[in-house]
Amino acid sequence: MTKTLSTSKEERLAYLEGLVTQARTAAAVFTQCTQEDVDRIVKPMVLAGIGQAQHLARLAIDETRIGVLEDKILKNMVATEFVYNYIRDKVTVGRIREFPERGLVEVAEPIGVIFSLIPITNPTSTVLFKCIMAIKARNAVIFSPHPSAWRCSSEAVRIMYESAVKHGAPEGVFTCLDSHTLEDNAYLMHHKDVALIDATGGPSAVKAAYSSGKPALGVGPGNTPVYLEKTADLNMAVVDIIVSKTFDNGTICASEQTVVIDDEIYDLAMKKFADLGAHICTEKESELLGRALVDPQTGCMQPIAVGQKAADIARVAGLSVKPNSKLLLAPIHGVGREHPLSVEKLCPVLSVYRAKSADEALRVCVDVNHAGGLGHTAVIFSRNDELIRKFSEVINAGRIIVNAPGSIGALGGIYNDMVPTFSFGCGTAGGNSTTDNINVYHYLNIKRLARRTPAHMWFRVPNHIYFDLNAVENLRQFPSRSTVIITNPALERIGHAGIVRRCLPPQASVHISVIPDAEPEFKVIMQGVEALNVYQADQIIALGGGSMIDAAKIMKLKYESPEADLEELAAPFLDIRKRVVQYPTEKTNRTRLIAIATTSGTGSEVTPFAVLFDKERGRKVTLADYSLTPDVAIVDPQFVMSMPKGLTADTGVDCLTHALEAAVSTYASPYTDCNAMQAIRLVFKYLTVAYEHPHDQEARTMMHNAACIAAMAFSNAGVGVNHALAHAFGARFGVAHGRANAMMLPHVIAYNASTPTKFRPSPNQRAYIAHNKYATIAELLGLGGHTIDEKVKSLVAAIEQLLNRLAMPRSIAALGITKEAFEQALPDLVSTAFDDPSWLTNPRMPLMSELEELFRSAYQGRETAKGTGAGQQAA
Amino acid sequence: MSMATIAIQLKIEGERIIPGLAEAGERLDSAEGEMILDFSSVRQLDASALRAMERLAAAADDKSVKLVLRGTSIDLYKVLKLMKLAPRFSFAS
Repeated sequence: MTKTLSTSKEERLAYLEGLVTQARTAAAVFTQCTQEDVDRIVKPMVLAGIGQAQHLARLAIDETRIGVLEDKILKNMVATEFVYNYIRDKVTVGRIREFPERGLVEVAEPIGVIFSLIPITNPTSTVLFKCIMAIKARNAVIFSPHPSAWRCSSEAVRIMYESAVKHGAPEGVFTCLDSHTLEDNAYLMHHKDVALIDATGGPSAVKAAYSSGKPALGVGPGNTPVYLEKTADLNMAVVDIIVSKTFDNGTICASEQTVVIDDEIYDLAMKKFADLGAHICTEKESELLGRALVDPQTGCMQPIAVGQKAADIARVAGLSVKPNSKLLLAPIHGVGREHPLSVEKLCPVLSVYRAKSADEALRVCVDVNHAGGLGHTAVIFSRNDELIRKFSEVINAGRIIVNAPGSIGALGGIYNDMVPTFSFGCGTAGGNSTTDNINVYHYLNIKRLARRTPAHMWFRVPNHIYFDLNAVENLRQFPSRSTVIITNPALERIGHAGIVRRCLPPQASVHISVIPDAEPEFKVIMQGVEALNVYQADQIIALGGGSMIDAAKIMKLKYESPEADLEELAAPFLDIRKRVVQYPTEKTNRTRLIAIATTSGTGSEVTPFAVLFDKERGRKVTLADYSLTPDVAIVDPQFVMSMPKGLTADTGVDCLTHALEAAVSTYASPYTDCNAMQAIRLVFKYLTVAYEHPHDQEARTMMHNAACIAAMAFSNAGVGVNHALAHAFGARFGVAHGRANAMMLPHVIAYNASTPTKFRPSPNQRAYIAHNKYATIAELLGLGGHTIDEKVKSLVAAIEQLLNRLAMPRSIAALGITKEAFEQALPDLVSTAFDDPSWLTNPRMPLMSELEELFRSAYQGRETAKGTGAGQQAA
Repeated sequence: MSMATIAIQLKIEGERIIPGLAEAGERLDSAEGEMILDFSSVRQLDASALRAMERLAAAADDKSVKLVLRGTSIDLYKVLKLMKLAPRFSFAS
C-alpha cells in the first residue's frame, strides 16, 4: 500500500467515494461466498499473519516507539492463532444455529462495509484480528489507522488483503485510508454505504463513532482496579500483575491501573514486587511521577508516556531507579483529580493503595472503576468466593478477571475461556453498545427464522370420576382421619349429608360445616377455613351445587396456603401458562378434595375454576388454576332427583352453554370436542325429559353426566363471550347464571358464526371455523340444512325451541328490567364483560361495541333483534 | 401494415461474462428498444462483472434500450440490489 495523498477537496472526496464503492462492491460480491469459500480464505490469512508477526511487530515498534517488541510479536500471534482457534469451527454463513425444539433458526447476514479505526497502541494486532473476523463474516473493511502508526497498520492490511484475495476473497475487500484526518473519518462515518463503524481507540474516536448516527462498536479507554485480597495466592498475584502491567509496556487498556492491597499483606506484597524488579516509589517520588505523567489541565495521562519503559518514565519524572526496573509502584491515598496517578496510565506505572479493610478496598476499587473505567475491566486476586461475588456485584466492568493478569486475561482464550478479542466492549456505562469481547458475531447481522409454534395442549381432569347411581359409595376407598363435609342447610335437612356420612370409612372422624347456599363470600370462606383448622381436616367433601363446590375449592386453598391473596390470584391473564400470578403448589398440608355435585350444570366437580362473590364491589371474582380442580368427582344422580324444575332448566342450559362454547373455543381440541359434542347430544335428548318428568331416572342420570362431560370440555378449552355477558349481566341484576346464559345464547351463536370484525391473536387458531363447528353440531343433532348457513340457522332455531320448552325468559325485557335501568347499566355491563377472561378463548374477539350490540339484542329478544343474525355468517 | 419487432437475445455464459456483456454493448445500436440477456448459466458475479454491468446499463440508458435479464438467480438478484443496480434492469424468469 503506497501513500499517495490527494490534494484538492474534490479529489479527496472522489478518493473517499472510490474507497467506499470498492468496498461496497466487494461486500456485494462476498455475499455469494459459501462457508467453505470463507474458511478456505481465512486459514491462509491466519498463517500469513503468523508468518509476519515479527515483521509487523518490528514495524510497529520502529514507527510508534511504543511497547515491547517481543510482546508485540506475541500480540500478533494471539490476534491470529488464538482468534482462529475460536472461529475456525464457527458457522458464519447461512444457517448458523438451529433450535428445533423452539422452531427457531438463526441465519447470518453480512454487515457490508465496515469503517474501522485502529489504535496506536495495538496497530498491527488489531488489524490482523479485524481482517480475520471480517472475512469470516463476509464483510469489507475500510481501515483508518492512527496517523502515527500508518505504515505498520497499512502493512498489516496489505498482508491480510493479498492473502485473502489470493485465496478467493473479492478484490477491494480491505482498503486503507492513505492518511488520517478527522474530516476523512467524519465523512466515512456518515457515508450512507458504510454499515458499521468499529472504533477501537481513544475516547474522542469512540465518541465520534457513536455520534455519527451509524451503528457502531466503540471501544475505548479503561481504568482497571485490581484488588489484592489477603487470602490471595500472593506469589501468583504479584507475578501476574507484573506480567500484565509490563506487557507491551502497559499499552493494553485492560491492564491494571491501581492495585488495592489489604493492610495485612501490604508489606509482604510490596516486598515481593520489589524482589521481582518493581521500584517502590516514595511519597515524594509518587508526587513527581504524578506531575510528569498526568496533564493537570485534562487530568489524563500525557500521550508521550504511552508504552514507554519504566526506567525512561522515571528518568523524565526525575526519579532515580535501577535501569532494569520493570514497574513503578506509586502509593496513592485516594482517587480523583487530587490524586493524579489514580487515572489510566498506559505504561508500566501502577498506583497502589493500602486498604485497612475489605470494605475500604472495595470502596476504592469502585472509585477507580468510576474514574474512567466504567464498563471496562477489573481484577481480583482472592480465594474468598463471597468477596469475589461481592466484587463482581459492585464493580461495573464487562470483564472481571479472577486470579489472572488483567490485560492478557481480558484478551480471552489464554488465562480463561472468554472469547479472544482485541476490542473490549464497555457497555452503556462506557458509552458502548455491548460489554462483550468483540468477536465475529458482532460482525454479523443475525436473522431469526421463527416458525409458528403451536401452543402446548392438555386435557386435565380429576384423577377419579365416579358416576351413575350410588357412585357415592366409592367414598369408602378414601381413608381419612378427619373429614369435613361442606354443605348447605337444605341438603343437610333432606338427608344428603347423612348419605355421604354413611359412605365414609368408619375410622374417619366426620364433621359437617353448613354454609349458606349462595355464591360464596370471603367471610363465609374464612368461616369454613376456621372449621378445617379446628378439625385438622385431611379430607374435604363438597356436597352441593357449583357455589358450594367453588366455596370448598377456595377454602382448601386458604386452608393449605393461608398467605394466598385471592385478589391477586384473580388477576386477569391472557395465557394460563404464562400468567404473572402463580398459585401455591407446594402444599405442606395436602388435603383431599372430593366434590359431590347436587345439580347438573356447572360441572364444578371437575373444573379448575371457582367463583367468589365480592360483596363490597358487587361483582364476581373468578379464580382459575388446575390446582383448584377437585381430586375426586362423584356424579351420582341420587343427589339430583329432587331438583326443582326451574333449577333443572337453569343448570341444564348452563351445561349446554358450556358445551357449545367449548366446541367453538380457540383452545378446542379433539379431546374437548368429543366431550362437548356428546354433552350437547345428551342435553338435546334428555333435558326436556328431566324438566318435564323430574323422576325419570335415566334422564336425570344422563343430564348429570352431560354436565360433568361438558365441564371436562370447557375446563380444558375454556368458554366464550356468552359467559362473559352472562357473568356481567347476572351479577348486576341478580339473575341466575343459567338463565342469564339462556338469554344470550342464540345471539352469541349468530355472532360467532359470522365473519369476525377483529381476529384475536391465537396460535391455536389455524382457520376461522366456528360456523363449521356449529354446522357439525347441527348435523350431529340431525337438525337438517344443506349449507353451513342453513345448518347454523337450524341450530339456533333448535336452541330457541329448547329454551321455549324450558320456559326460559327470552329477553332481558321479559325479566321486568326497564329500558331505563338497562340503559343506565349498559356501559358498566360492557366494561365488565370485556374484562371477563371467559371470552379469551372465544373464536371471535369481541369489540366493546359488539358486546353492547349483543346486550341490546338480548334486551329486545330474538324476535326483534337486528344486526347479529345468522344471515351474516361466513360462507 | 405493422411489423412485429423481435428483441435481441443474448446468452451470457457463466465463464465469459465480461466478453458477453461487451458484445451486448456493441449490439445495443441494433436493439429495437429492448435487449434480453439470458443469465441462467451465470452463478456468480465478481467486481469486474459488476462494473461491466454498470457500464452496459449506462450505455443502454443512453440509447433508450431496455435491458431484460432472464434466468437471474435470486442470489445474483441480491448482489444487484446491494449494488443498487437492480432498478436499471428488468427481470424475467
